[in-house]
Amino acid sequence: MDRRYFLGVFDDENNVVEATRLTRESGYDIHDVYTPYAVHGLPEAMGLKRSRLTWVCLAFAFLGCAAALIAQFWIAGVDWPVNVGGRPFNSLPAYLPVLFECIVLFGGLGVLFTLLVRARLFPGKREQLFDPGITDDRFVLAVEEKDAGFDIAAITRLWERYHVLETRQLPEAAA
Amino acid sequence: MSSLMSVLRKPIVEGDKSLRDVSDDVIRPLEQKPTKLWWISFLLAFSVLVVGAVAVAYQIKMGIGTWGLNKTVGWGFDITNFVFWVGIGHAGTLISAILFLVRQKWRTSISRSAEAMTIIAVICAGIFPIIHMGRPWLFFWIAPYPNFRGPLWVNFRSPLLWDFFAISTYFTISLVFWYLGLIPDMATLRDRAKSKIKKAIYRVMSFGWNGSTRTWNRYETVYMLLAALATPLVLSVHSIVSMDFATSVIPGWHTTIFPPYFVAGAVFSGFAMVLTLMIIARKVMNYTEYITLDHIEKMCKVIIVTSGIVGIAYATEMFMAWYSVNEYERFVFINRAMGPYAWSYWIMVGCNVLISQLFWIRRLRRTVWFVFLASIFINVGMWFERFVIIVTSLHRDFLPSSWAMYSPTLIELATLAGSFGLFFTAFLLFARFIPFIAIAEVKDVLSYGKHVEKWPQNGGSRKPSVLVK
Repeated sequence: MDRRYFLGVFDDENNVVEATRLTRESGYDIHDVYTPYAVHGLPEAMGLKRSRLTWVCLAFAFLGCAAALIAQFWIAGVDWPVNVGGRPFNSLPAYLPVLFECIVLFGGLGVLFTLLVRARLFPGKREQLFDPGITDDRFVLAVEEKDAGFDIAAITRLWERYHVLETRQLPEAAA
Repeated sequence: MSSLMSVLRKPIVEGDKSLRDVSDDVIRPLEQKPTKLWWISFLLAFSVLVVGAVAVAYQIKMGIGTWGLNKTVGWGFDITNFVFWVGIGHAGTLISAILFLVRQKWRTSISRSAEAMTIIAVICAGIFPIIHMGRPWLFFWIAPYPNFRGPLWVNFRSPLLWDFFAISTYFTISLVFWYLGLIPDMATLRDRAKSKIKKAIYRVMSFGWNGSTRTWNRYETVYMLLAALATPLVLSVHSIVSMDFATSVIPGWHTTIFPPYFVAGAVFSGFAMVLTLMIIARKVMNYTEYITLDHIEKMCKVIIVTSGIVGIAYATEMFMAWYSVNEYERFVFINRAMGPYAWSYWIMVGCNVLISQLFWIRRLRRTVWFVFLASIFINVGMWFERFVIIVTSLHRDFLPSSWAMYSPTLIELATLAGSFGLFFTAFLLFARFIPFIAIAEVKDVLSYGKHVEKWPQNGGSRKPSVLVK
């Protein structure tokens, strides 16, 4: 691991949110915050923007819409027109149910796979856990040590105001 | 988040749990050896499933002439069971998607299991139309794909084809929505696992989840998007199922109120099934502090509303039959209430409209054995609703010379029983191997309705609005 991290372990969501906010406002580079559940307000405290996956979903939904429209018009209107009592072949209202289902299917699966690719989640991936308690009851705030002037004492003092349980360097101070 | 919550709210989870308590309590039944009760229920459900499987094998071998259908009544148990099981599924999506969008936080402790119920119910439902195709090994012909038969395409103007698209989309989206919610809990299981094999299995299933907020941020967005997609989807599914009937010209089926009527009925029956399952599970698996009396009461309230909608639909159908001045329409409805199948009509009205009215009484909503009993009656009533709609509309058609009666054969009864066997077998396996309650979601609502204790004395830029006691 090339990068060096300084970790603070918390046990309360309110503390970790406020500690994150203050750490960022004090000019540190927050690598990530690891939590057992989706803590509200934490992405904002980290300064994360709203995810753009919504737009990905919309794009896939349009793709599904176009695919369903083209397929149905071509199949039922061009390639295999069936004359049912002289009714028109291009009967859009009858195509709407399948159209709708394709929008939902494409939008849903599309955004899901984009999430897995973007967040690099895949079956069997070896997890990089900063603390074994993260999936249970621990909140870990990880700050990246970018330069030699990184002041461990100052950041520890800051976190102590938010009842930090322990602090630790990663990789463990070897040199 | 507590800053937005009223101080008047009660906590969702009882017993003042810590975060670790939630992991421990939910996972405990998975880490212990299965109880005797679990084995007995499993073997019972599985043997019923085997009976059903034998019946299915027999009817596929011999053809659907083994059913009690005749020239007049062309749909019977098969489509009744299909509509029944699809309807059961709807409560799961309502709880996991619609209640999520409207911020009903109490949904968290029942969403996982209700969604599992949805997936299993849709599998049970799918079996029936596939057998009904007569040559089930060719069922994939209903998918529009380029083929060497012409190519011979499907008919996009047929509601039966819409059904195929609706059910398969519903199954797919429900499955991925459910699994997405499961990933963080699988990571919790992975990090607790002692044995190497278990750890390896959970590692595959947890997708390398490490609790990163960057991932949580995206995850929450996708979760919300899937909920937003599943909401109109679930409404579309039973609407399209109802169009199998409504687009025909059969009196009793050819009705514009069918889509909302079917959707309300589906939610109604689904909640009854959720109650049946939860009331047993919370006791057996020791989850009474998570699935509380308040949960049961809230679900009873949903049942009152949907039962009201269903009741109004029954009355509207009767009124429209009279108001239409259509001889055939009128006859069908008089025949329903007073003909040879009147008993099934009155079972339907009694179970679906009358029994659920008792839920107006708060005491009864909070009496667990009564709710359990009522939920069983509602399940029966909703099964009969589909039977009434299908059989009574068909059995006395326009020509009295072709009137006929329908009764199921042993094979059909065994298939129905077998579908219940499959349902309970799969649900018991789910309860055994997968966290029954969404751990990460429940942890999120633990602070709900509690005062904030450890607020930092200095430096907090947001002040909590909840500071009582």
